[in-house]
Amino acid sequence: MHIGEISGYKLGQATRDAFGDALKDLAAEFPDVVTVDGDVGNSTRTEPFALANPERGFNVGIAESNMVSVAGGLAAAGKTPVVASFACFLLCNAFDQIRMSVAFPGLNVKLVGSHAGISIGEDGPSQMGIEDVALACSLPGVSVVVPADGISAKAATRAMLEHSGPLYLRCGRPKVAELYGSGIDFEIGKSIKLRDGDDVTIIANGLMVAAALDAAHMLEKEGVSAQVIDMHTVKPLDEEAIVAAAKKTQRIVVAEEHLAHGGLGSAVAMVVARSGPGRMAFVSVGDTYAESGDADGLLEKYGLTPAAIVQAVRSVR
Amino acid sequence: MSELKEKARILRQHICRMTTEAGSGHPSSSLSAVEVVTALFFGGFMKYKADEPNWPDRDRFILSKGHAVPVLYAAMAEAGYFGVDELLTLRKLGSPLEGHPNMKRLAGIEASTGSLGQGLSLGVGQALGCRLDGRPSHIYVMTGDGEMGEGQVWEALASADKYKLANLTLIVDQNRYQQTGAAKDVLDMGDFAKKIEAFGWHVQTINGNDMDEVVQALKTAQGVTDRSTAIVSKTQKGFGILPVLEEAGDVNFHGKPLPPAMLEQALALLAK
Ligand SMILES: Cc1ncc(C[n+]2csc(CCOP(=O)(O)OP(=O)(O)O)c2C)c(N)n1
Ligand SMILES: [Mg+2]
Repeated sequence: MHIGEISGYKLGQATRDAFGDALKDLAAEFPDVVTVDGDVGNSTRTEPFALANPERGFNVGIAESNMVSVAGGLAAAGKTPVVASFACFLLCNAFDQIRMSVAFPGLNVKLVGSHAGISIGEDGPSQMGIEDVALACSLPGVSVVVPADGISAKAATRAMLEHSGPLYLRCGRPKVAELYGSGIDFEIGKSIKLRDGDDVTIIANGLMVAAALDAAHMLEKEGVSAQVIDMHTVKPLDEEAIVAAAKKTQRIVVAEEHLAHGGLGSAVAMVVARSGPGRMAFVSVGDTYAESGDADGLLEKYGLTPAAIVQAVRSVR
Repeated sequence: MSELKEKARILRQHICRMTTEAGSGHPSSSLSAVEVVTALFFGGFMKYKADEPNWPDRDRFILSKGHAVPVLYAAMAEAGYFGVDELLTLRKLGSPLEGHPNMKRLAGIEASTGSLGQGLSLGVGQALGCRLDGRPSHIYVMTGDGEMGEGQVWEALASADKYKLANLTLIVDQNRYQQTGAAKDVLDMGDFAKKIEAFGWHVQTINGNDMDEVVQALKTAQGVTDRSTAIVSKTQKGFGILPVLEEAGDVNFHGKPLPPAMLEQALALLAK
């Protein structure tokens, strides 16, 4: 049973695979794009682009700090570097380089982190990016995008290349439910309401959007009408949609595959605290590192399931 | 010596079995390091008490290339830190035998690693701390050759030289491959020995899959008392089951377990 199945969604591509396909497809249309890798292009999926355009792919080896500053240099030389690694190594290992070589000068560098969240499974906590959104959001001028499925990841990849300025795109390792099979109108900073409802709003991104849709299905059986918003952009945040949701349902649950602090939950709470009215609950990895294990078992253990969202909804009712 | 070689063979069997059972992991990265880890744990070089993992005067082994942790778990099980049966819980939910070393969950693990490049700095810190307390402890750190691309390793080499840490030994497991290909294609670092020597270290270069050379080099390193020592250990990724990897057409075989049929072939090769 995969997340999204309760609401009838089939498994589709992993967001990292969709990103990789899109990047390769867009190579001709965006001739200034180059990739900068740290020996993990076959994991992040920049590899197809780099193989098809060998002179535009740079693999600097296992050296993330260097990798990010090299990308900053390429951007200063007029290129559009897409610099990719595991979310944890990119954001955590090279954070000061992202700060000084990308964010502070406002260079047009596209940061792509794969293997975000705990759903990477067996490799364990050292490989899990669960602080990445907080780190990226903390940096002035950096946009942060967390697509929920393969189709939105493809759309986000195009939007990322069309966007001017630093941006962090967060991708995951496992195959996820395909939510946008019938098409998507993707715009950075503009959330998508996937389901309407009156009693509670569930705001989610990444893998947790499908879980939110499943939760809404389960809640419907209890007579609770939940609306679900795919908040694919954490920064700049779609404040208008959040204010409208607070007005309409008062109760808001935020779900994300990230630590409790500094991610989507914190960002939404800042808006709700200003605008009111509202009571909120948060579904996240919490304030802990996870462990090795199969992805489904981990999501269950660390409370990132439709049932956990239902529980959170009950807590604010 | 023949006992050590026999132990190495058993470690290799464990590595192949447990990663196939886990369905993921890095057997080839573990196999290249078997001789060094075997000699350290069973050749009398490291002093430790498996039933008292936190014995303050112990020597310490830090696996900076943490993805190769099956070799360490195999050695620890054979040394008696935990039962050999537990090896088959590798990477399973609830098991302290995580995909990368986690010192918070498994006694005897000296450093939590998995983000490459940090182990030698941790080793510098442990060497400084143990020396400050007047302990006889020696710190051994193993890095990968791809891992040497991390700038932090070179920062650590410089600090070890500054403090003349004679209680610190670095072993570079130069198995000639990293994740996306041959190390010479991804990032050719040239001659590690010359570079590390330039940082003020005592350096030896050996065939790290030859037990006699490994034992001799560790002995020589023990005799150096005025500076840190490094062993550039030239190895082959997947050593011990190379014919099986060659047949599969991938001698790097990075980050994947042997499928069951290949495991049978590998175990047959490792049977004697
Ligand atoms: C900081 C960091 N970047 C990237 C990775 C992903 N990664 C895991 S193993 C590996 C290749 C390691 O190559 P090497 O050091 O030569 O070790 P080998 O597997 O060959 O023994 C990479 C890039 C990581 N674990 N940590
Ligand atoms: Mg290597």
